[in-house]
Amino acid sequence: MSTHTEHAENPKAETVKYSITLVALLILTAITIGASYINFGSGNVVIALTIATIKGSIVALIFMHLLHDKPVNAVIGVAGFIFLGIFLLFDFLDVGSRTNPQPINLHPMPAVTAPATAGAPAAADTKKE
Amino acid sequence: MEHTLTSGAVLGDRPRPVKNYLNETTGIWSWMSTVDHKRIGIMYLCAVCFAFLLGGIFALLVRLSLLNPQHTLFGKVWVTAEMYNRFFTLHGAIMVFLFIIPAIPASLANFVLPMMLGAKDVAFPRINLMSFYLWCIGAIMAIGSMVIGAVDTGWTFYTPYSTTTDGAVGLMTMAVFILGFSSIFTGLNFIATVHKLRAPGMGWFDMPLFVWGIYATGVIQILATPVLAITLVLLLIERVFQIGIFDSRIGGDPVLFQHFFWFYSHPAVYIMILPGMAIISEIIPTFSRKTIFGYRAIAYSSVSLALLSFIVWGHHLFVAGESDLANVVFSALTFLVAIPSGVKMFNWLTTMYKGNISFETPMLYALSFLFLFAIGGLTGIFFSTLAVDIHLTDTYFVVAHFHYVMMGGTVIAFLGGLHYWWPKMTGHMYSEKWGRIACALVFIGFNMTFGSQFLMGGQGMPRRYFNYLDQFQPIHAFSTYGSWVLGSGLFLTAIYLLASLKTGPLAPDNPWGGTTMEWESSSPPVVHNFEEQPVFEHEPYDYRHRTVTHV
Amino acid sequence: MEQQFDTSKIGMWLFLATEVLTFGALFAGFGLMQNKYPQEFVEAHEKLKRWAGSTNTVVLLVSSFTAVMAVLMARTNQAKKCAMYLWLTVGCAGIFMCIKAYEYTSDFEEGLYPAKYYSHVGDLIPGSHGYATFFSFYFMMTGLHGLHVLIGMGLMSWLAIRASRGEFSDKYYTPVDLVALFWHLVDLIWIYLFPLYYLIT
Repeated sequence: MSTHTEHAENPKAETVKYSITLVALLILTAITIGASYINFGSGNVVIALTIATIKGSIVALIFMHLLHDKPVNAVIGVAGFIFLGIFLLFDFLDVGSRTNPQPINLHPMPAVTAPATAGAPAAADTKKE
Repeated sequence: MEHTLTSGAVLGDRPRPVKNYLNETTGIWSWMSTVDHKRIGIMYLCAVCFAFLLGGIFALLVRLSLLNPQHTLFGKVWVTAEMYNRFFTLHGAIMVFLFIIPAIPASLANFVLPMMLGAKDVAFPRINLMSFYLWCIGAIMAIGSMVIGAVDTGWTFYTPYSTTTDGAVGLMTMAVFILGFSSIFTGLNFIATVHKLRAPGMGWFDMPLFVWGIYATGVIQILATPVLAITLVLLLIERVFQIGIFDSRIGGDPVLFQHFFWFYSHPAVYIMILPGMAIISEIIPTFSRKTIFGYRAIAYSSVSLALLSFIVWGHHLFVAGESDLANVVFSALTFLVAIPSGVKMFNWLTTMYKGNISFETPMLYALSFLFLFAIGGLTGIFFSTLAVDIHLTDTYFVVAHFHYVMMGGTVIAFLGGLHYWWPKMTGHMYSEKWGRIACALVFIGFNMTFGSQFLMGGQGMPRRYFNYLDQFQPIHAFSTYGSWVLGSGLFLTAIYLLASLKTGPLAPDNPWGGTTMEWESSSPPVVHNFEEQPVFEHEPYDYRHRTVTHV
Repeated sequence: MEQQFDTSKIGMWLFLATEVLTFGALFAGFGLMQNKYPQEFVEAHEKLKRWAGSTNTVVLLVSSFTAVMAVLMARTNQAKKCAMYLWLTVGCAGIFMCIKAYEYTSDFEEGLYPAKYYSHVGDLIPGSHGYATFFSFYFMMTGLHGLHVLIGMGLMSWLAIRASRGEFSDKYYTPVDLVALFWHLVDLIWIYLFPLYYLIT
C-alpha cells in the first residue's frame, strides 16, 4: 500500500484535490446542461456523450483512484467499456445498414382467373401441382 | 503403495496422510458450509453430472421421437409435436446452462487450479460457495419450470414466440439468470486467484496452460454473461408488460433479441470449449512425456480466442434479417476466430511427435478430442462462409457441427480430465480396462449419432422438425441407435468410476508422472492442499529433469 | 494484508465490469429503440423534468465526493469523520431517491406509465409505440439504477455504523474502499443516464 501511505500522510492535500475535482465535475455538468439548450442537430448527442465521458473518466481516475492504482484495475474497468462499445458498434452497423431488399428472383403473383364451369376440371388439374 | 504405469515406470510414494480433505471433518453440514475449493469442486461435480444425466435423458427422448416418421414405438404413437418441442428445448437448456458452461470450470478447475498455482484456496472462498448455491437455486427453478409447464421455445428463446407462448418461460429464464450469476462469480474468483495467488517465483509464463485456459474463460464469463442477464430480464418484461422491444406487433425488433442473445451466447460457446482445450493441454504433454510445444502460442491463443469470440456473434443471424453489410463483416471476422484454435491443434500434435506416448484412458479421450474437435471446428468454417451458411443453417448439419465441438470437444475433454484427476480427487485408481472400453463405446456411439447427422443436414433435413420425409428415416434411425451406444458408454463410465471408490486400488501422489504442482500433494490432498507452501522450482511440462520417484 | 487488499480490489473491479455491461446493454437497447423512433423519443424526452434530473446529477456528484472523503478519513485514522462522510453520502442518496419518487409519482399522474400501461394523451404521433417504449426504458433503467442506489445506501449505513465503532484504520479500510468504488459506479451510470434521457432534444 506504499502509494496509499504517501497520500495518507497528507489528507489536506487529498481533500483539496477531491474538492477541485468535484468543482470541475459540477462545471462540466453545467456545460452539458447549457449545451443542450443550443441546437447542434445531431451534434447534441455527440457533445452530451463526450462531456459525459470526460466526467466519467474524471470520476474513474480520481475518485476511484485509477490514476494511482495498479494498472490491472484500470484494464478491467476499461475492458467493460470496450466490449460494450463493440456491442453497440456492431448493433448499429446492422440496424443502420438494413435495406430490407426483396429477393432478386421474386416473381409477381400470377393473376388468378375465375374458373369457367366447362373448364373447371382443367383448372383443377393445373392446381394440383 | 506403488503403482506401475503401463509404460513400465514405477513411482514411489511418501506415507499417505491419515486426514485429507474428504475425511477431515464429517457430516452433511460440514460439506454444506464448506469453503474448501476441493469440496466445492466435488459438490459441483455431482451437481453437473446430475444435470448431464437429466439433459441426456431428454436427448435420448429426442432421438427416440425421431426413430421413425410415424413417431411410433412398438406400433403405438407415444409422442406429439408439442412434447417433442419441449424435449429438445429442455435438452438444450439443461445441457447448456446447467451442465456444459459450469462443468469444467466449477468442478475440475475449482479442484485443481489453486493447487496448480501452489495456493491454499481460491481468492474468495465464500463467493465460491455462493456460486454453488446459486447453481442449485437455478437448477431447482429450471426443474420447477419443467414441472409447471415445460418450455418449448428452443434453448435460444427466440422472440416473438417466447414472448407469447404459454409454458413457464418466465421461470426458466429467471433460472438461467441466476445460473448466469453463478457463472460470473466463478469467473471472477478465478481471475482474481490467477492474478494474486500464484506461488512465490511463479510468473505468468510459468503457469500451467490449464490455468491460462481457465483464466481466459473467466474473462468471457465476466464480460458476456451480464448481457445475457439483461436479455432475459427484457424478455420477461416484454412477456409480462409488453414494452415493445422484441415483439414487432408492438413496435419491437425480433432481430434485436437475437443480437442481445448471441452477444452472450457466442462467447458462451468459448466458455464451453476453452476449459476443454485447457485440459487437453495438460493431458497431452503428460502422456507424451514431452514438453508442450509452443507454450506461449497456446497461452496467447487462449486469451485471443476469448477476446475474438466477442466480435463474431452475428454469424448466428445470417438468415435472421441482418443487413448484408453486417453479414459480410461478421463472416470475415468469424474466419479470424478459427485461427487460434488451429494454432492449438498444431501445437498439440507437435507435442506428441517423437514423444513417449502411452494410451491410458485420459490420453484416449484427448486423442478422441483431437479427432472430433477437428471435425467440429472445420465444419464451423463451413458456417462462417456466408454463401454456404444460407443453405446449411438450421439443418442437421449445424446440429452435428455444434455437437462435435460441444460434446466431441468439451464433454470428451471433461471425461478425459475427470479420469486424469480422478486419482488425485478421490485417492483411488479406476479400472483402466473398463475405462478403455467405455471410451471406445463413447467414441463409436458419438460418431454414429452425429456423423450421420452431417449427411442428413447436407441433404436438407431441417433441425427441430418433428415430422420428416421418409427418405431421412434410415439416417434418423441410425443416429438413434448411435445415441444408445453413446448412452451406454457414458452409463458404463459412471458405473466403473463410482465402483472405483469402493474397490479401486489406492492412488499414489502422481500416478501419471505429471509435472504440474497439483501432483506434489497427496492423493487425496490434505485440507490446505500442501503440507508446506510449495515454491516454484521448475517449468511446467519440464520432462527433462523429471525424476521417477517422488521425494 | 496488501495482497488481500489488492485481491479484493481486483474482485470489486471485475464486479464493476459486469455492472458496466449490464447497464450498457440497457443503454444499447435504448439507443437502438431511439434509432427506430427518433421523433417519439425526442418528444418523450421533453416530458421529463430537467430540473429534477439536474438536481439529482449534482446530488450524486456531491455524494461521490463524500464517499471518497470517507475512504480518505478511514485510511488516515479519522474514524468519526469517516462515519460522518458515510452518513452524508447516505443522506445525498436519500435526497436522490426522494426526488426520483416525486418524479415517478408526477409522471404517473400524467399517464406516463411504462409498457402497456402507457396512457398519456396529447402525443404528436398517436398510436405509435415509441412513447411507451421510451418510458419502458426510462422506468427500467432508472428503476434498476434506483435499486443500486438503495443497495448502496444500505451498505454505506452498515459501514458508517462499523466506522463509528472504530473498525477501520490505515491498516484495514478495505470495505470502505470497495463500497465507495461501487458507489462511484452508481454515480458514473447516472452521468450517462442523465444526458441521454433528460437532455437530448
